Amino acid sequence: MSAKMTRACAGAGAGDAAGGGAGGGAGAPAGGSGARDRFDVLLAEHGERHQQKRRVAAALLRLVVRAGAVLTAGVLLLLIGFILVNGVPYLTPSLFAWEYTSTNVSLMPALINTLLMAGLALLMAVPVGVGSAIYLVEYAPRGSRFVALVRTTTETLQGIPSIIYGLFGMLFFVTALGWGLSLLAGACTLAIMVLPVVMRTTEEALHAVPDSYREGGFGLGAGRLRTVFCCVLPSAVPGILGGVVLALGRCVGEVAALIFTAGSIAQIPQFAEGAAALFDSTRTLAVHMYVLASEGLHVNETYATAVVLLVMVVVLNLAAAAVVKKMSKGARS
Amino acid sequence: MNNSLLEKKPATYLPKRQGGVKAGRTVSPRVLKPATGGFAGGAVKEHVAPVVTAEPGVTAALATASEPAAPVKMSVRDLNLYYRDFQALKGINLEFPQNQVTALIGPSGCGKSTLLKSLNRMNDLVAGCRVEGEIILDGQDAYRDVDVNSLRRRVGMVFQQPNPFPMSVYDNVAFGPRTHGVKKRADLDDIVEQSLRDAAIWDELKDRLKKNALGLSGGQQQRLCIARALAVRPEVLLMDEATSALDPLSTAKIEDLVGELKRKYTVVMVTHNMLQALRVSDQTAFFLLGEMVEAGSTDDIFTNPRDSRTADYVAGRFG
Amino acid sequence: MSSSHLKERAAQVLFGIAAGASVLAVVLICVFLFANGLPAMAQIGLPEFLFGTTWRPANDIYGIFPMIVGSVYVTAGAILVGVPTGLLTALYLSRFASGRVAAVLKPGVELLAGIPSVVYGFFGLVVMVPFIRDTMPGRGLSLLAAAVLLGIMILPTVITVARSALDAVPKKYYEGALALGADHERSVFRVVVPAATSGIVAGVVLGVGRAIGETMAVIMVAGNQPIIPDSIFDGVRTMTANIVLEMGYAADLHRGALVATGVVLFVFILLITALLNAIKKRGEVAS
Repeated sequence: MSAKMTRACAGAGAGDAAGGGAGGGAGAPAGGSGARDRFDVLLAEHGERHQQKRRVAAALLRLVVRAGAVLTAGVLLLLIGFILVNGVPYLTPSLFAWEYTSTNVSLMPALINTLLMAGLALLMAVPVGVGSAIYLVEYAPRGSRFVALVRTTTETLQGIPSIIYGLFGMLFFVTALGWGLSLLAGACTLAIMVLPVVMRTTEEALHAVPDSYREGGFGLGAGRLRTVFCCVLPSAVPGILGGVVLALGRCVGEVAALIFTAGSIAQIPQFAEGAAALFDSTRTLAVHMYVLASEGLHVNETYATAVVLLVMVVVLNLAAAAVVKKMSKGARS
Repeated sequence: MNNSLLEKKPATYLPKRQGGVKAGRTVSPRVLKPATGGFAGGAVKEHVAPVVTAEPGVTAALATASEPAAPVKMSVRDLNLYYRDFQALKGINLEFPQNQVTALIGPSGCGKSTLLKSLNRMNDLVAGCRVEGEIILDGQDAYRDVDVNSLRRRVGMVFQQPNPFPMSVYDNVAFGPRTHGVKKRADLDDIVEQSLRDAAIWDELKDRLKKNALGLSGGQQQRLCIARALAVRPEVLLMDEATSALDPLSTAKIEDLVGELKRKYTVVMVTHNMLQALRVSDQTAFFLLGEMVEAGSTDDIFTNPRDSRTADYVAGRFG
Repeated sequence: MSSSHLKERAAQVLFGIAAGASVLAVVLICVFLFANGLPAMAQIGLPEFLFGTTWRPANDIYGIFPMIVGSVYVTAGAILVGVPTGLLTALYLSRFASGRVAAVLKPGVELLAGIPSVVYGFFGLVVMVPFIRDTMPGRGLSLLAAAVLLGIMILPTVITVARSALDAVPKKYYEGALALGADHERSVFRVVVPAATSGIVAGVVLGVGRAIGETMAVIMVAGNQPIIPDSIFDGVRTMTANIVLEMGYAADLHRGALVATGVVLFVFILLITALLNAIKKRGEVAS
């Protein structure tokens, strides 16, 4: 306590000399501290007066932001509600008949074609995409030019609109390779289109695997290949699956890439006659819906088809969400 | 980093900054004057002076009483703070004298940062945080009488990690005044310059006002953040381990600065570094497990603690 | 040991080849598009092709300027409609929504992203086009319908990208602003949003890419007249629509001209991708 005294006294002594210089402080109100200049006053008073203005501005901003969100939610509800209300009553058994005829526009062939087409496309895209991601993450040397090139091209592929894929598929698979409008040409086109999706998600999933897993594998004397397949890939599976579901969603909804590669024959390929069926022209559900909508003859069936498409998308979304949930749960445990 | 501080500071730095405290503990009052008069000590004297001369009552008190009785700027009364079920602060009573530096010390998780954040209600951001008791700023209840935004203008804060906004130096400092309605370019120019000067960084930055603040060094960023806090003309300045992310040299600069700042502001600082508390603060409060164990003049806390836990802590036996 | 070594080598080569697939794909796409499009462009004459305002395949007149203008108009309209709404929604989700509202709206936005473009197109055809026809001049199939529909379609892209950019802004900026006495709204709009600019711009550019490349939905609502529109109630034909509408029956130079339209579109997309990369790079440098 004597120390405090000392310091205070020292201060007081000096204060006599320096007091004049800092004399502005003398007039400070109880709340003030030290010398107050015009900005202290300006900010203190301005601040109070400005409060009201700020509150109004803040309320307005809040309102605008809410309005944006409400608009988005409204559009979503309107879109889905409209399709459901108009489509669900027409989900008749005849819509799911095995045969498509011009009077009964059954969506069954298109539905099966969709599964075939998407399955075939993923059969090609997933191994290549996953292998490619494994190379980029696990094998490629750091800073390699090849990796940079692959990254750039993948980004480019991701930005290309589906009509360009369709155009390319038509020029390459349909015409140059002579496959004609076919299941195979469509599937190959889709495969290229979804390749970057699978690659990107797999890459992210692999990056998320902690390095300790890899060290564990190498530490046990396993080679790189074994380490990747036994230690790294298993924990990346949910992420990869999420990407596959995403890719599946794009395949299901695609029209522009298919219309000039797979054509629009509403028939299930004749697999009874062997592999030649791969070269049959097919119509997926989305293409089916486009054809119906542009013909304009079967509006109710078009609504119903839209419902089926929507349901597929919702189911895929839920599946992806479930996978992601499982993934985050796995990460926690 | 802490080690180097421990070794270096007493020799080169301590006498320069807070010679009064250091000397006062070991040496007689008369030796003190030359010790402080040497370097920046003159500034320290000036800071204390206006308060003393401005308030006759205080001068009188000083002449007779054992404790310096600066007017209380801010006080905490029976403060209980909960994060959901966890009680982070238990019955805290503490006063922050005007134009003094109060250090809050204690081991990690003791509640000192929590207390600091409740002084400008930054704890409001934490979900499930509940406050009981009173925090009084100039006779007004900070939680009931004062608008939270004007409270935060009046009680500024400097964070542990320097957090300049990703915009120009000028815009960083001008952000606060603009927020509170200062629009004239000339006024803003003045405030920016004065704030940067007060934060002792004007000379370094005056030619880089238009440059992005993220390009500055860590120490410069932190002083810029101090300037930014000063630009709204706060009355109290809270510093939350403001030097813990900085190198020793930058730390020294900011400690210097705090010594200057208390001339105009009431400073409350949280620090892990006991030597820093010793060097910079006038008052120290020691926290443990959400309770305030002891508070008093810094010299008393470090040389003559009443509680054995305080003694153990300041002697470095735990924490 | 040597057999396992061989296996390792083989695996590495195999994965490397897989990685080369995307490079191969881009090369093939470029080669086939340019090889089929450029000769037609040369035959028509580049200025006549790009800036010719008449598209009359029956007379071998191929000017795609109306389609370029159409794509630009429709995209600009989509940006005008979709970007403000999308950004505000992203802001809402990132900084304003309570946990429960966000938990409902977020999957909703993902659903919006998953809805196929034909479904959007059909919605536009049966809801928006009749509405525009009944309340405004023109036949309903119009630039306006296409722009609004595309604006809706780019919402999820803009929202998702902008939101992750906003979420990535360090908490310390927001807290720093609050500590200066700024309220929540000012802190968000004056500090958080500027800090997220590069991500937000990336979202907008991505939306532009999606809008300019969108095909089926636009065809269904835009009217598709190959004429430069005089008003937003006029019909409009985009480059994408041009390809799909006529490719089914085109032959010879007509077909080449359509592929060449694709080439022009492709170049647009490449420019957008390059722009996007530049933005991303700048964002990385800044942070």
